Amino acid sequence: MVYRESGQFKTTYADDMAMFPIAQDRWGVMVTITMAVVVVPLVASNYWISSLLIPFLIFALAALGLNLLTGYAGQLSLGHAGFMGVGAYAAYNLATRIPDMPLLLSFFGAGLITTGVGILFGLPSLRIKGFYLAVATLAAQFIIEWAFSSIGWFSGGSATMTLDTPPMVIFGYRIQTPRQRYYLTLGIVMLLTLLAKNMVRSQVGRAWMAIRDMDVAAAAMGIRPLTTKLLAFAMSSFYAGVAGALYAFVFLTSVDITAFELDRSFRLLFMVIIGGLGSILGSFLGAAFIVLLPVLINNAATLFVGTVPTDLIANVELMIFGGLIIVFLIVEPYGLARLWHTTKEKLRLWPFPH
Amino acid sequence: MNVSFFFEVLIGGMLSGVMYALVALGFVLIFKSSGVFNFAQGAMVLFSALTFVRLLEMQVLFWLALGITLVVMILLAITIERIVLRPLINQPLIILFMATIGLNFFLEGLAQGVWDNQVHGLDLGINDVPFEGLQQATGILVSTFDLIAALIAGALVLGLSLFFYKTRIGRALRAVSDDHQAALSVGIPLHHIWGITWAAAGVVAFVAGMLWGTRLGVQFSLSLITLKALPVLILGGFNSIPGAIVGALIIGASEKLAEVYLSRFLGSGIEHFFAYLLAMVFLIFRPYGLFGDEIIERV
Repeated sequence: MVYRESGQFKTTYADDMAMFPIAQDRWGVMVTITMAVVVVPLVASNYWISSLLIPFLIFALAALGLNLLTGYAGQLSLGHAGFMGVGAYAAYNLATRIPDMPLLLSFFGAGLITTGVGILFGLPSLRIKGFYLAVATLAAQFIIEWAFSSIGWFSGGSATMTLDTPPMVIFGYRIQTPRQRYYLTLGIVMLLTLLAKNMVRSQVGRAWMAIRDMDVAAAAMGIRPLTTKLLAFAMSSFYAGVAGALYAFVFLTSVDITAFELDRSFRLLFMVIIGGLGSILGSFLGAAFIVLLPVLINNAATLFVGTVPTDLIANVELMIFGGLIIVFLIVEPYGLARLWHTTKEKLRLWPFPH
Repeated sequence: MNVSFFFEVLIGGMLSGVMYALVALGFVLIFKSSGVFNFAQGAMVLFSALTFVRLLEMQVLFWLALGITLVVMILLAITIERIVLRPLINQPLIILFMATIGLNFFLEGLAQGVWDNQVHGLDLGINDVPFEGLQQATGILVSTFDLIAALIAGALVLGLSLFFYKTRIGRALRAVSDDHQAALSVGIPLHHIWGITWAAAGVVAFVAGMLWGTRLGVQFSLSLITLKALPVLILGGFNSIPGAIVGALIIGASEKLAEVYLSRFLGSGIEHFFAYLLAMVFLIFRPYGLFGDEIIERV
């Protein structure tokens, strides 16, 4: 009763094409955005913002990128942490090598460079499918890791592995405190989410989904597999690149290839799967789950057991993490987004039985 | 270029490739019979090797420890089948794949939580010295240990091939790999079959764990040899036992050759990705690997 579309008529073409055709959805999104922009910075402590909310937003962005590729276009990638690394190093090099480079422009440039790399590694997807492709994308991960750790040019010729990022200045305004960082991240994430939402409900997204469901049939219907698949790789790695740049500049304030290892790729994939393949909302839910889970396990351990030896807790954390993922996949293989979907279906009638 | 040195590198590479094949075989077994891409194979290798080495350190007799580890691996396989795989029947393959990654995390934590995360030496009584007969005949240095490992791998491949093609269970396994539903409808017990395959993969993991453990010491990095076996798999084809061996020989040999002859141009560390690059180039010409089944798509 609370959430239903009856009585809401689409009387204009603009109404028909609205992003959220149902008023309740529009209200929900408004409330979420208001919460994120106004309430959260007022309420949350610095610890919450800088070590939970900012990584959550950044990983949501990266997961969103991966979801465009895996969830919408059906191409499995195990190299996305590598693409994030490309973004981080590209942003660092753009910001330090070009004098007076505006910060946002270097983020954008990082995204574009990663797009190029992504297209390059997306090329095999035209011939290779399924798990063969997944393993082929691992090649991207390893080559990128190798390139950044052994070619000195990328790290400015310095011998140290970790590079400190330059201070962030936007239009002469220095970004320093957790809240300022939060707003910067939030702004970029909201913008790119809007773009993604519009992409997947337009011709591009439909072409991706057709390719995902069956590429031979899609090709027979006149969708070009070449451009469609490469566009998916391009957009996906653009998101990964921007997320990587943000991760390095905003969260770590340093560039370090060990932050973009294979394990990270798996975690990104978990975010997408647990959140829900082919769902924008799912990318956010999945990122929240995976970012919060280790924190929860840690806190629960100290709460119930007291101090535990650190190596034991690391192992137990691995076990719980792995175990929960298996349980989750068994209980809800279509992810948190599907859970939300069934809730919405129930809300149409609630509280009446019929 | 020194010819005998070239052959030494080539043979050494091929033999180390055989070690990769031991891990790859476990993957192929499971993929062939259930279509599941089991990422946890490396964790199974780690788990079995740690169990075995800790039992030995507790002064358990060698053969007894061997037996106990085998039983543990078979029990583990059956547990995995019951708890993880059975509820996930008929789910998309990517879900199953992610579940095995979760399993990988779980087993890594379990292995190190139950035992510990130190490096343990493992001595099977085979010395890692040059094989004398070959050295006298041709002057090429080849490790005896590698040769024995290759023999064991060869025996495993032969045994598994016979098992797959000559026995009743093997025939059932191949039927299941062709089509789950058709196999079920002619009365093949899918659950048993999967249990058997996972147990077989567990045993293969144990053999790989013993040999790799002797070579590297039993430690966490054993679980990372999964990543070494993946290029072998895609090169040979996911569902071909001979493919695993041929792929492993190619990967092993070219990896060592590249390390020796190319690394002075590209710098060190190329062994981390060279195999992947090679496999990718092969894939562009043969998208299902050298021996993998080609999937014919119809609209």
